[in-house]
Amino acid sequence: MDILFLLVPISVLLALAVVGLLAWAVWSGQFEDIESEGQRIFQEPPLESDNPASSRRSQT
Amino acid sequence: MSAVLSNESNSVVQGGWSASRATVYNDKIVRQFAVAAVVWGVVSMLVGVFIAAQMAWPELNFGISWLSFGRLRPLHTNAAIFAFGGCSLFATSYWVVQRTCQTRIISDKLAAFHFWGWQAVIVAAAISLPMGFTRGKEYAELEWPISILIALTWVAYAVVFFGTIGIRKVRHIYVANWFYGAFIIAVALLHIVNAAVVPAGWMKSYSAYAGVQDAMVQWWYGHNAVGFFLTAGFLGIVYYFIPKQAERPVYSYRLSIVHFWALIFTYMWAGPHHLHFTALPDWTQSLGMVFSLILLAPSWGGMINGVMTLSGAWHKLRDDPIIRFMIVALSFYGIATFEGPMMSIKTVNSLSHYTDWNIAHVHGGTLGWVGFISMGALYYMVPRLFGQKKMHSLKAIEVHFWIATIGIVLYIAAMWIAGVMQGLMWRAINPDGSLTYTFVESVKATFPFYVVRFCGGLMYLSGMLIMAWNVFMTATAGKPANATIPSALAHA
Repeated sequence: MDILFLLVPISVLLALAVVGLLAWAVWSGQFEDIESEGQRIFQEPPLESDNPASSRRSQT
Repeated sequence: MSAVLSNESNSVVQGGWSASRATVYNDKIVRQFAVAAVVWGVVSMLVGVFIAAQMAWPELNFGISWLSFGRLRPLHTNAAIFAFGGCSLFATSYWVVQRTCQTRIISDKLAAFHFWGWQAVIVAAAISLPMGFTRGKEYAELEWPISILIALTWVAYAVVFFGTIGIRKVRHIYVANWFYGAFIIAVALLHIVNAAVVPAGWMKSYSAYAGVQDAMVQWWYGHNAVGFFLTAGFLGIVYYFIPKQAERPVYSYRLSIVHFWALIFTYMWAGPHHLHFTALPDWTQSLGMVFSLILLAPSWGGMINGVMTLSGAWHKLRDDPIIRFMIVALSFYGIATFEGPMMSIKTVNSLSHYTDWNIAHVHGGTLGWVGFISMGALYYMVPRLFGQKKMHSLKAIEVHFWIATIGIVLYIAAMWIAGVMQGLMWRAINPDGSLTYTFVESVKATFPFYVVRFCGGLMYLSGMLIMAWNVFMTATAGKPANATIPSALAHA
């Protein structure tokens, strides 16, 4: 099981990196006012095509 | 409103690192990957149906080596996961990251390299696998020159995705992007580690690892391919497209964050459940089993969050087949993430391992969860990508949904029965201690279930063909359209 000499240190480093990422997220305010973030994707205006030639055709 | 009406050549900055001056998103890359996803969906399912037929009627290899089951099976798995699944993930992630960051992608050129590089990988797979070039590692069969191309393409994708997040106009990183980000990073790590080889020719190599250690690396890769490629990535799709289609926000944004972190911590450890009762050390097997069981919780957290997003709007399931695809996808996700932990229990695994129960489990997860959520998201994007209000035919989406669902049910029911039957037959012992059945007797007993499975798969493929027709009709009736970036509009 010599592969463990490679896998365990890599896994520990990886876990630390992930914890670091979580710490950054918390510290940089990613999780402030969290429930309103779910609404944000609805705030963009309705889709407008940048192609002036396309018309809104009715569908069958 | 001049930004909206202005000529594309004035307002769009093509290529280069000038995303901040762009007024429209790069939806061309989304369009390309979306169309590719539909095409590869048809191809991968066609190969699947063909090899399913070969399992029932082996003479269908016609004595031709490049049509033999052993060579075509990895073509099916690679095409389904990486070509169909991959292009669905790329299309949706480019759609989502731009809109949630309110910026065009950081580099059109790198995204284009990503697209063409990935198509080259798929073509290389389609040629090399039937020719018999294989590394023999599941979902990692492609030989080393193709591995290198995959790595290069992946780096381009990562740079575009994370670079775009880096130049975002919105401080908060929407939760779907966390799932896509985890998928991208994890797959990069998995690929690099498991593709480590010593080349011995242009299309021949030997794994850097050996024996049971190679098996462990392979199944650390294999299970995390499922966990990050086929799960985390597609959960990214759930967290954007289900709220958008349902016109309601995620049920609990807080839960989405909690289960994200729990999921990515736990998935990495589940791999040993593929190696129960092999030469892998007992403690490693037990570790895999325990973490696989724990995994049930964060997985179901995601399912519940997605399904409950429809709370107060359940009637939409009746009228809207697109939301139906998405919610039923989550149901299959729930089934698969309950079944998986159960099959990770050593006692259960001693019956299920090497049987068709594994096939049932995989296909509920792929056809049901991955397939359906991709189809739902593609049906959402395609009209908008071509300047249309709706898909060409809503009726066709309905027909697709029902024929595909019935196909899945036939498929997995047949394979469940076959799998349990095989497991029981293989362990049946006579009073004197000899085996009751020969192996070939179990093969013969499985035949009718292979026929039913073929029929189920054929139905699923038919649904995909209906989708391809519908997408074609929608695309040709409209014109390619790129959405306007709201913040750019504000400064017009």
